[in-house]
Amino acid sequence: MENGLFDRLEQKGISRRDFMKFCGYITATLGLSAAYVPRVAEVFAAGKQRPAVIWLHMAECTGCSEALLRSMYPWIDELVLEILAIEYHETIMAAAGRQAEEQLEYALNKYKGKFICVVEGAIPTKDRGIYGRVGKHTMLELGKKVTKEALATITIGNCSSFGGVQAAKPNPTNAKSIDDALGIKSVKIAGCPPNPVNFVGTVVNYLLLGKLPATDSYGRPLFAYSKTVHDQCPRRSHYEAGEFVTQFGSEEAAKGWCLYEMGCKGPETYNNCPIVKFNDGTSWPVEAGHPCIGCSEPNFWDQMAPFYEQK
Amino acid sequence: MGLTIPDNARILRNLLMGAQFQQDHLVHFYHLHALDWVDVVSALKADPKATATLADNVSDAPFGGVTYFKGVQNRLKTFVDSGQLGLLSNAYWGHPAYKMPPEANLMAAAHYLEALRMQAKSMRMHAIFGGKNPHLQTVIAGGITCVKDMLSPDRLAEFLYTWKEMQDFITKVYLPDVLAVASFYKDWAAIGGTANFHAWGEFPETANEPESLYMPRGVIFKRNLAGVKMAEESKVTEHIHHAWYKGSRFKHPYDGETNPVNPKRAGKRPYSWFKAPRYEGEPCEVGPLARCLVAYAKGHKDIKANTDYVLGKLGVDTSALFSTLGRTAARCIETVAIGARMESWFLELIGNIKKGNTATFTPYEMPDKARGVGLNDVPRGSLGHWINIEDKKIENYQLVVPSTWNLGPRDEKGKLGPVEEALIGTPIADPKRPLEVLRTVHSFDPCVACGVHVIDPDSNEVYKFKVR
Repeated sequence: MENGLFDRLEQKGISRRDFMKFCGYITATLGLSAAYVPRVAEVFAAGKQRPAVIWLHMAECTGCSEALLRSMYPWIDELVLEILAIEYHETIMAAAGRQAEEQLEYALNKYKGKFICVVEGAIPTKDRGIYGRVGKHTMLELGKKVTKEALATITIGNCSSFGGVQAAKPNPTNAKSIDDALGIKSVKIAGCPPNPVNFVGTVVNYLLLGKLPATDSYGRPLFAYSKTVHDQCPRRSHYEAGEFVTQFGSEEAAKGWCLYEMGCKGPETYNNCPIVKFNDGTSWPVEAGHPCIGCSEPNFWDQMAPFYEQK
Repeated sequence: MGLTIPDNARILRNLLMGAQFQQDHLVHFYHLHALDWVDVVSALKADPKATATLADNVSDAPFGGVTYFKGVQNRLKTFVDSGQLGLLSNAYWGHPAYKMPPEANLMAAAHYLEALRMQAKSMRMHAIFGGKNPHLQTVIAGGITCVKDMLSPDRLAEFLYTWKEMQDFITKVYLPDVLAVASFYKDWAAIGGTANFHAWGEFPETANEPESLYMPRGVIFKRNLAGVKMAEESKVTEHIHHAWYKGSRFKHPYDGETNPVNPKRAGKRPYSWFKAPRYEGEPCEVGPLARCLVAYAKGHKDIKANTDYVLGKLGVDTSALFSTLGRTAARCIETVAIGARMESWFLELIGNIKKGNTATFTPYEMPDKARGVGLNDVPRGSLGHWINIEDKKIENYQLVVPSTWNLGPRDEKGKLGPVEEALIGTPIADPKRPLEVLRTVHSFDPCVACGVHVIDPDSNEVYKFKVR
């Protein structure tokens, strides 16, 4: 690759080594061949204008934002300073109150039809949405207003994708997923919270190929959600051999046997956790001895419970 | 259920919670609070050479030097020149309440960026014994699931070295930065205080709770440290007079109900989705300052030493703790102490494993009928869980969480919630740009994604009155 690229990167404070590591990682996550690595690199180094993102918080716990803050390839500071222009994000933006609301209006105007809208959280719809408000608007109004102007909407996490815990029984505010509440079709980075790698992968796909990634029928990108956790699980051979953990803390648990009998929902859950893992590829729940709870599936709180028994 | 979890499970939980305190407090200071004190835009005017000298004087940070600060400044400049200010858009840059010189602002901005990476890295500690962060999964009734990782020398080493890097950052960067920033804002040691403090305490060091809690349990009324008392769960009530719920005025959490009403049809009295928690009928601040005061009042060796060190460095006495600055300093004080304590927990775990004690789980039978209470302190403050079990299922579950204690509204007697109380008397240079209000509100580290006051900016007489 030409030197100019790395000069520009270094100006942005990104070392050559870190950067190539990141590009390889993302390309692998997306399931692209190694030939794409230089193209991924170009995408991140190129252009004076960074793609604008407006990030909305609905009824949620901010765990998905926290997950993004743990991004290590690229580092979160690179994401927010050099790769994306995050124009509105209530938790981490410096502005507050009226200034924050002005900023939303400004960004909506400036990037009309050109920004990516990311939504975290479900939308309470009962009594015309009165149970969820930001400033003077209901979340329902805000969601409509912003997604209408967006180039594309990415729903991050199980709440915005499928309703999540808010929509679990008895659902007192009649909370709904973004698609159901607003009548739109979003790309869903499912999980509670999802792996930030899958969010970054989706954004890269868009920047690299000019379109959002191919998805399954729920809208989850195939690069991350096309196989079950069970099919990719490193403990799969224990399942085949009939070697199961039947009590936490047991000898079998210490040996890392299969957690199916402990209620593992890996066979019904589509996600790439076993391959990508969390926090810089450090671990994932099954590796740490906990059965998969199926958090990237629709309505998992109601559908997958009880978590510690097979149904 | 009469269940005692194995020592190793207790220690691993403490280690996970300790790592949570380290990470949460670091993120709070640098990413959720620092920009109330640090004018990032002013950092563009800094002299990198003078900044390097300043940084060398205030800290032992493992990064720095003229080239380093020049690099950070260039990075910020490229960012600002791009015309896409992103997360820095439309904030209060240039506000007269910002008091730090450009060099101090550049140093803080550089550490803001370093801390972003450090916090992400540190959460590998959670992934190791928790499976992932956020929302770690391994903590279960009866103990913890990560026995395989606990028995892996690789995993233990990875945890220890990640912990060490994080704790170094806390002592060599975070603490000196808090002292440096505070030295420009000493007037804030007399603004933003409250009167009553509550802590359930955290980090049991034996099976005896609350006696063995490293951060002790207790309650303090009217700033009277000498009168510190033990806190009892039976004395908690939640009040809904000014909240959008129906039901009786107040209830103990065991009997608690959560029945929302439509705010449009609720009249003018209610103004919050928070209930108002009270202890013996009194509002109480919870969080780092409450924990430090309870510990200090009880003569806690580490907290007392760290607190006295910070007070000495700033040249103020204990009365300065009852303030916005005191709250922000207390957060750092306890991070240093808890982070350091993690090493001894870790070594205790290693000792157990060496002796062949590898138990991590105590089996149990779910009772048909039971009630239970869990009292903890999490980074933001007192966290209580109350559960009723009927037919082996949850019949009622109520949580009283830190931000409800701190941001809850008035009760039926008209007593203000802690944040409301803390804001009274805040000096405001420009009523249209109330940066000073943010300082105090943010100092509580509010978690208000799920319950916020609605204050109509057009009719909010309180602030307008106080401005004069």
